[in-house]
Amino acid sequence: MAEKKIIDGRGSFCPGPLMELIGVLKMSQIGDELEVLSNDKGSAKDIPEWVRKVGHEYVSTTEEDGVWHITVRKTK
Amino acid sequence: MAVEKICVVVVSGTRERLQMAAMVASVAAVSGIEVTIFLSMNSVPYFIKGASTDAPSEGSFGDLIVKKKAPDFKTLFRQAVELGDAKILPCSMALDIAGIEADTLEPFVGEPTGLASFLDAARDAQVWTF
Repeated sequence: MAEKKIIDGRGSFCPGPLMELIGVLKMSQIGDELEVLSNDKGSAKDIPEWVRKVGHEYVSTTEEDGVWHITVRKTK
Repeated sequence: MAVEKICVVVVSGTRERLQMAAMVASVAAVSGIEVTIFLSMNSVPYFIKGASTDAPSEGSFGDLIVKKKAPDFKTLFRQAVELGDAKILPCSMALDIAGIEADTLEPFVGEPTGLASFLDAARDAQVWTF
């Protein structure tokens, strides 16, 4: 069954949150949804770019009180 | 389709250059790009097991990297290897001159490599020098 995981990348800077996401993606199952929390504006733009490039599913980005929530689904 | 390939040559021992090299190498490696990192000159001592990453800054930005707690360059290089299958090759000449034994280097660093082998790896690759 697909899981939802939160990756708390707050306080880190590019490419820290991306690398944390990739580390968790490697250990996840296809269909799992991963939500990265980041207060780094660069990561909020760069993570969706990376997801599109490598072929996972980009779900959404929302921002709340200076924290971006970037959600990705593992597809392969 | 040809595999995209880059070689990152790191000769500097200053924080900004080590950081930028590590950023390029790690993000490229996890993006499906074949990455070979060649360490030489002043970069090599940082890759001795347990060596500090406290590199001198070239300017104020280097100090900000530390103050803001950006991921340190050695962590990013290790992630390039572990998450993206990058190869990190120390320059055999630099090891000889500095008197550093290969088995004292971090486990994510590969075999000492001479320029002839590196140039072969760099054929058909973009080369980024820091």
